[in-house]
Amino acid sequence: MCGIVGLYLKNPALESQLGTLFEPMLLAMTDRGPDSAGFAIYGDEVRDGWIKLTLQSAGDFDWKALMGALEGRLGCSLEWFQNASAAVLKTNAGEAEVRAALVELAPGVRVMSVGQSIEILKGMGLPAEISERFSLAKMKGSHIIGHTRMATESAVTMEGSHPFSTGQDLCLVHNGSLSNHFRLRQELRRHGIEFETDNDTEVAAGYLTWRLREGDSLKQALDHSLQDLDGFFTFAIGTRDGFAVIRDPIACKPAILAETDDYVAMASEYQALASLPGIEQARVWEPEPATLYIWERPRAA
Amino acid sequence: MKTIDLSVATTRDLNQALHAPAEALAAREWLVTHPGGKHNLAVGVNEALSITIDGHAGYYCAGMNQKADITVLGNVGVGVAENMMSGSVRVRGSASQAAGATAHGGLLVIEGDAGARCGISMKGVDIVVGGNIGHMSCFMGQAGRLVVCGDAGDALGDSLYETRIYVRGTVKSLGSDCIEKEMRPEHLAELAELLDQAGFDADPASFRRYGSARQLYNFKVDNASAY
Repeated sequence: MCGIVGLYLKNPALESQLGTLFEPMLLAMTDRGPDSAGFAIYGDEVRDGWIKLTLQSAGDFDWKALMGALEGRLGCSLEWFQNASAAVLKTNAGEAEVRAALVELAPGVRVMSVGQSIEILKGMGLPAEISERFSLAKMKGSHIIGHTRMATESAVTMEGSHPFSTGQDLCLVHNGSLSNHFRLRQELRRHGIEFETDNDTEVAAGYLTWRLREGDSLKQALDHSLQDLDGFFTFAIGTRDGFAVIRDPIACKPAILAETDDYVAMASEYQALASLPGIEQARVWEPEPATLYIWERPRAA
Repeated sequence: MKTIDLSVATTRDLNQALHAPAEALAAREWLVTHPGGKHNLAVGVNEALSITIDGHAGYYCAGMNQKADITVLGNVGVGVAENMMSGSVRVRGSASQAAGATAHGGLLVIEGDAGARCGISMKGVDIVVGGNIGHMSCFMGQAGRLVVCGDAGDALGDSLYETRIYVRGTVKSLGSDCIEKEMRPEHLAELAELLDQAGFDADPASFRRYGSARQLYNFKVDNASAY
């Protein structure tokens, strides 16, 4: 099993309520995934030339000391704040430099996401615990996707929970299981993709990272995934400007979409949408198999 | 009429009330409010009750129904009226996949669209869909009738036994052993009756009939190498 939820705001006036609107959606999917939970929220964009990294560490960690050491090592400008077991770091240094410095200075720290807008926060436990830990209800932003996990393919760990990063400002959540992930992982390693877990979704994320690196558009990468991923899946993909949904051609795994003038929402089950304002009047439908649905707000030139 | 408000009562409260022995039933007419997409609403009903669900329902709504007439004023999730034995279920909105799966009898009407695997392994139920149906519908259908006023998706009627399928729109593709068949007067008559029961105003002559070619019934020794 597993539950997926996503909320994309068409009406910017609702951005201050994104966390409040989204929290009951995530919690409604507790029965589908009580092992672990996570979400990727988009908003609070950094200025041009800067990037934002979400970091996680097990147990108590001295983030202040790490940030001081990073600043000294990289000679960069740096801002940061802590959110429970995670820290969000904003800097004008490059991604590769920051990652290299982190490996050296704090090998136990995991990079959850990198981009200008994205923050990925996730962990083991009931969705309600994760939501409370990271104060989800107070968060603001333009869009968010989340996941509640009932593990079937690999261990229950923070690293094995969703969303998985697939590149700058991109992430993936998955309901289903892949049957060719072992072979595909070996192939992707030959292309230089690194993996931290035995998780099948991490392979799907690595696959998309590789296709995008090869020059595919998001649509092309997802079309290729329909050919190369064997198994069943409903994916929700977060992008800097919106989100996308795709199901495998057999479409065993559920998905439902709802659209109003104010938002587009997706969930594994309708009950996760029932708390949204105006849902009674929303257009509600089930996405077709092997069909890409994508919503992105136009970016001012 | 008895009203159960699911914003305060639980699914179990509802189903237990509907399962009371006939002489102890609180009412013959029931209204269920604030369903909120909850699963397993009005399952296993065994009496000729009239039940209205005022909103969207989740999975397996009206499953295993016997005798009751159940109306959903919204959409339903996976497996509406699965294994229904008798009575009727009407969905005013659309249904997710596996609508009417394995159902033995009764009438299932979906006024909107039905998703994939509609009528999978149906065993005698009649299903009438006002809109379209998804892929792999009527897979291994054994008995009963499936009527589709819109279009059908891929692999309609794959590995079909004796279900009769009527489709007004286009069929994206037929599954193994499913073929188009001649529409004879008795088929037009039964289709007219089904459309009438479902309350759809459609001309039976505008439908095509599909059924089993009966080539997969028995093992053929020529196919031994495929195993």
